[in-house]
Amino acid sequence: MSTPAPVRPGRKPGVDPADAGIADVGIAGENGKIGASPARPDGRLKVTGEFAYGSDLWMDDMIWGVTLRSPHPHARITSIGIGEALATAGVYAVLTADDVPGQNVCGLEHPDQPVLAADLVRYIGEPVALVAANHPEVARLAASKIVVGYEPLPPVTDAEAALDPAAPQLHPAGNLLRHLKIRKGDQAPSADVVIKGSYQIGMQDQAFLGPEAGLAVPDGTGGVDLYVSTQALHVDQQQVCAALGLPADRVRLTLAGVGGAFGGREDLSMHVHACLLALYTGKPVKMVYSREESFFGHVHRHPALIRYEHGADNDGTLKYVKAAIYLDGGAYASSTSAVVGNAGTMGAGPYVVPNVHIDCYGVYTNNPPCGAMRGFGSVQAAFGYEAQMDKLAAALGLDPVEFRCKNAMEQGSAGPTGQIIDSPAPVAELLRRVEQMPLPAAQPSPTSNGTDLRLVPGGVGNTTHGEGIARGVGYAVGYKNVGFSEGFDDYSTARVRLEVVAGQPVVTVHTAAAEVGQGLVTIEQQIARTELGVSQVVVVPKDTGVGSAGSTSASRQTYVTGGAVKQACEQVRDRLFVLVRQRLEQPAAQFRLADGQVWPASADAGPLGPIGGFLGDTVIEQTVQWRHRPTEPVDPETGQGSAHVQYAFAAHRAVVDVDTELGLIKVIALDCAQDVGRALHPQAVVGQIQGGSAQGLGLAVMEEIQVRDGRIRNPSFTDYLIPTILDVPPMRIDVLEYPDPHAPYGVRGVGEPPTISSGPAIVAAIRAATGLDLDRIPVKPEHITGTP
Amino acid sequence: MRVTATVNGVEHQADDVWPGESLLFVLRERMGLPGSKNACEQGECGSCTVYLDGVPVCACLVAAGQADGCAIVTVEGLADADGGLHPVQQAFIEAGAVQCGFCTPGLLVAAHDLLAREPDPADADIREALAGNLCRCTGYEKILDAVRLAASRLGEGR
Repeated sequence: MSTPAPVRPGRKPGVDPADAGIADVGIAGENGKIGASPARPDGRLKVTGEFAYGSDLWMDDMIWGVTLRSPHPHARITSIGIGEALATAGVYAVLTADDVPGQNVCGLEHPDQPVLAADLVRYIGEPVALVAANHPEVARLAASKIVVGYEPLPPVTDAEAALDPAAPQLHPAGNLLRHLKIRKGDQAPSADVVIKGSYQIGMQDQAFLGPEAGLAVPDGTGGVDLYVSTQALHVDQQQVCAALGLPADRVRLTLAGVGGAFGGREDLSMHVHACLLALYTGKPVKMVYSREESFFGHVHRHPALIRYEHGADNDGTLKYVKAAIYLDGGAYASSTSAVVGNAGTMGAGPYVVPNVHIDCYGVYTNNPPCGAMRGFGSVQAAFGYEAQMDKLAAALGLDPVEFRCKNAMEQGSAGPTGQIIDSPAPVAELLRRVEQMPLPAAQPSPTSNGTDLRLVPGGVGNTTHGEGIARGVGYAVGYKNVGFSEGFDDYSTARVRLEVVAGQPVVTVHTAAAEVGQGLVTIEQQIARTELGVSQVVVVPKDTGVGSAGSTSASRQTYVTGGAVKQACEQVRDRLFVLVRQRLEQPAAQFRLADGQVWPASADAGPLGPIGGFLGDTVIEQTVQWRHRPTEPVDPETGQGSAHVQYAFAAHRAVVDVDTELGLIKVIALDCAQDVGRALHPQAVVGQIQGGSAQGLGLAVMEEIQVRDGRIRNPSFTDYLIPTILDVPPMRIDVLEYPDPHAPYGVRGVGEPPTISSGPAIVAAIRAATGLDLDRIPVKPEHITGTP
Repeated sequence: MRVTATVNGVEHQADDVWPGESLLFVLRERMGLPGSKNACEQGECGSCTVYLDGVPVCACLVAAGQADGCAIVTVEGLADADGGLHPVQQAFIEAGAVQCGFCTPGLLVAAHDLLAREPDPADADIREALAGNLCRCTGYEKILDAVRLAASRLGEGR
């Protein structure tokens, strides 16, 4: 085959709001405010194919970057030969660790991961070298010609074994990343009924559909502009600056369209790499991961081993919980410390338990690095504690919902860290509500004619016509913190401008909060319309030209960036009212804004005039930093402290049909009740709950990154299966709105809770159908059939 | 090599195409039509679904040379010439079937094809027709809503 030729047109980076996909569609009146469900402003671009994701960007003279990755889980690098690669026609640069001008290290909480491995590789897939060329295939070909000498070292691939002092130590401070101890109440408790269980959770992938991608553009004076699909522009910027050895004003980031995130874009991927190549070559450099590379290019959900012991009295009262939770952090820290914090502090579940003894460990191994994924520690713990609740209920002869409700947290309860839940916690009500939802139709009778195979386990594989199928119903409830915890300075920044454009008042909202698909751009518009009574709201591209909004994670952006936008709007409104008072010569008058008009605060009077009339040529702009209530670190010996700002709760009921002979399952219904405080965009809220529930379904019965000897064995959508539309059942969603008095508009984070309880409910249903223990997820056919 | 194809009614020509390139790569990187998406590039996710001579295919599995002389319709070609959205596109927006949107172009082409074949599909038909299109954001419920909505509107128009 001939050498590929340079490639041409695509789409220029999102410097224009239309390109960035967040241009305004003005929506008048109540339909655009909070509580309504206006269309998303990027919707039209997304259905016409015009929305510019990171992989769609293009510039004149652009070249392509690729990454060479380690084939060893643990090895010393003895040499790197780049001569032949560099001599390949079409290649512009081959870079290694020696070419990193700043600190060759990055990371979210503990910077411990080399930008490019220098002398040691710690996992299969670790970046070692970069190539830029005029065609991606030329770059890949050249990368294959780089000769890296490796001296393999013994790998550590088991989280518990990593804590053995005799294990190879992978980092200077050893293999223990964090040990969280929670000690509350009697540490030698007894109870009438004691249940012990050991649970394993497989490694889940975020499997966002848009692969890691971005475009780095050198500015000609030593700085760089990076257009990238990410969750946190400023967190990225800080790390990129450190690696490049450049100040923040020389490294500007703009959000490219993001094709899903779910935690997998919290860490850097191609960010520094593309900038290095761009600065070295003086050309715009685009990097787009393939699906296979994506499995190596981002962190995954921590696989976990959890040992629980619960005690309850004969009247059904929980007495104590003991737990040891081992989370495999893989080769680098990423957000493991915070995941440990969550799995530990929420390891007792949303229940009142007077005596708690929890040890939660995050450890380094030579497995793929693990970090953030939707549910973040709570998912792993919930699979264990909810299985324990069912076993306890059975041992006590109680209904599983009754038993849970009897011990459910409520407002005013103290959690395992001693923190008092100071806003609504309708745990029992959520369970009751899913319990009372109508059940789906009975399973198809094996004798009936014309069974629709699409409705039975195995589907059109024609493995059953209904015979050998058992149906089970299972319940679960879970909870999680919203926002960043344990004393983190968690804030967001918003800039809001009000001005007259072409005779009409227009609001411009500028934040750096990443829109990853969840609909934050719509929420920002709704808040501005609500606070300022203006229908035209432009959300400008997300970039580092405004202060940090923090990360789009921990279900926090509607709360925190929403709070910032709200407060900035309030300040703009206050300044407008000063103008109105001056104009009307009513220094003490109070006003309100609605429908583009200024109104007296009293309800009955008519409008005083259009906003634009009072504003004239004046441009009002306010920038605010907004913080939620502070949290505090937990005590290092007892784990006691008010670590979290808000908790969010969801409950599921799953109905599952199981072909007990073949171990095939079909989830028939997956219904959810969730308290969201206040639904700012009800349609998007339901969409979050359904999407989050489906990801929990995936972990329960399908999804696992299979790692053996540190190697991912299934890095593709052929072998890593995520739910299709045939796998996900109808989902009835009951949205409760009990406002949190401490949060803007009373909102409660929405995105993560549904991913916590859906999987445990499904596994409970399979247990109910089969009578099996099922102590590992994902549940596979052989776990049901018992075949080796 | 040179690849010439009619894409969304307009003749496009790409020169110096390497024989290893897919139709998806040529559409996205050489013809300026990046609407079809690159989620897996191995025929598993459906995000690159396009019509090739009237038949929905994964553009990532079609060698560019195979598309020479063919008529192709991509997501960019679903709206009418004035930019009026096709009812399937409009329904996806209204029903909340679009979150991150990376699956959307392929799902739109697949749903467009379904409704051309089966104007009044049952839910099981919709699920079967869209089983080759992965979505990670929505859990598919609102995609079902959107297809039902589009079907009812197209039905009213007949």
